[in-house]
Amino acid sequence: MAAPPRPDSLALLDRLMAALEAKGIVTEAEIAERQANTDKASPETGARMVAKAWTDPAYRQLLLTDGKAAAEAMGVSMAGAPPLGVLENTPTRHHLVVCTLCSCYPRAVLGYPPNWYKSFAYRSRAVREPRAVLAEWGLNLPDSVEVRVVDSTADYRWMVLPMRPAGTEGWDEARLASLVTRDALVGVAVAKPA
Amino acid sequence: MSDAPRFAPGAAVRVKDDWPERRGPCHIRTPHYIRGRRGTIVRPLGAFANPEDLAFARPAPKRTLYHVLFEQEPIWHEGKPADTIMVEVFEHWLEEA
Repeated sequence: MAAPPRPDSLALLDRLMAALEAKGIVTEAEIAERQANTDKASPETGARMVAKAWTDPAYRQLLLTDGKAAAEAMGVSMAGAPPLGVLENTPTRHHLVVCTLCSCYPRAVLGYPPNWYKSFAYRSRAVREPRAVLAEWGLNLPDSVEVRVVDSTADYRWMVLPMRPAGTEGWDEARLASLVTRDALVGVAVAKPA
Repeated sequence: MSDAPRFAPGAAVRVKDDWPERRGPCHIRTPHYIRGRRGTIVRPLGAFANPEDLAFARPAPKRTLYHVLFEQEPIWHEGKPADTIMVEVFEHWLEEA
């Protein structure tokens, strides 16, 4: 039986890849490596980084000053990835990450973004009425907390360092990491004891 | 990067009230809601190839990128006074306020 005809789109993709390779812009192997890295990444990576920062002051300092180096220190391949910035939540400041222009997201350490992150509703509302958006997710922050919306508009990717929940003294990194959800890493939630 | 950042942390700046999209095809990373708005430099983030050129395959000189802090209330006329928005803005979009 004859193979089904190849869609035109695949032929177009072949020509595009050949042109990119010929111009020395990117190779198929580099694309495959990036895909593999993204497939491997998940919020567990970010959670491990946060748990380490909660227990290791030197690592916390590295995380806040050079997120890329902090990710690499945890064995994450950041080859070709944009710089990673990490923003620290405090008792008086809560960060909420959004990309109003498209869907920039710290994929290297969180994996693929959830669909709501890319939705027009989240992108337009998070920047304009962040407290209402957070309240709909069950997070009501007091007025004494500054809500700082982080619009990810350019070359950095941003992750949130949530506050360590009370009552977790003496917990090891693995147990702490289990409290750090994807949502807490972009600021639509906080880390809570299970 | 050869050029030192023009603005230091804490400097008062204003985003240019410019609308290149009205003049023709363009690719800009400056959201509309901060154009013409006053903000404060948080810190320079480094220099990156200008996306406005990159998008059209033109030679793209590096430009300093800043984290700039804006108050939410003057932008939206609603919200809590202390709440803020932090945006990455390229130097050529900023002027002294």
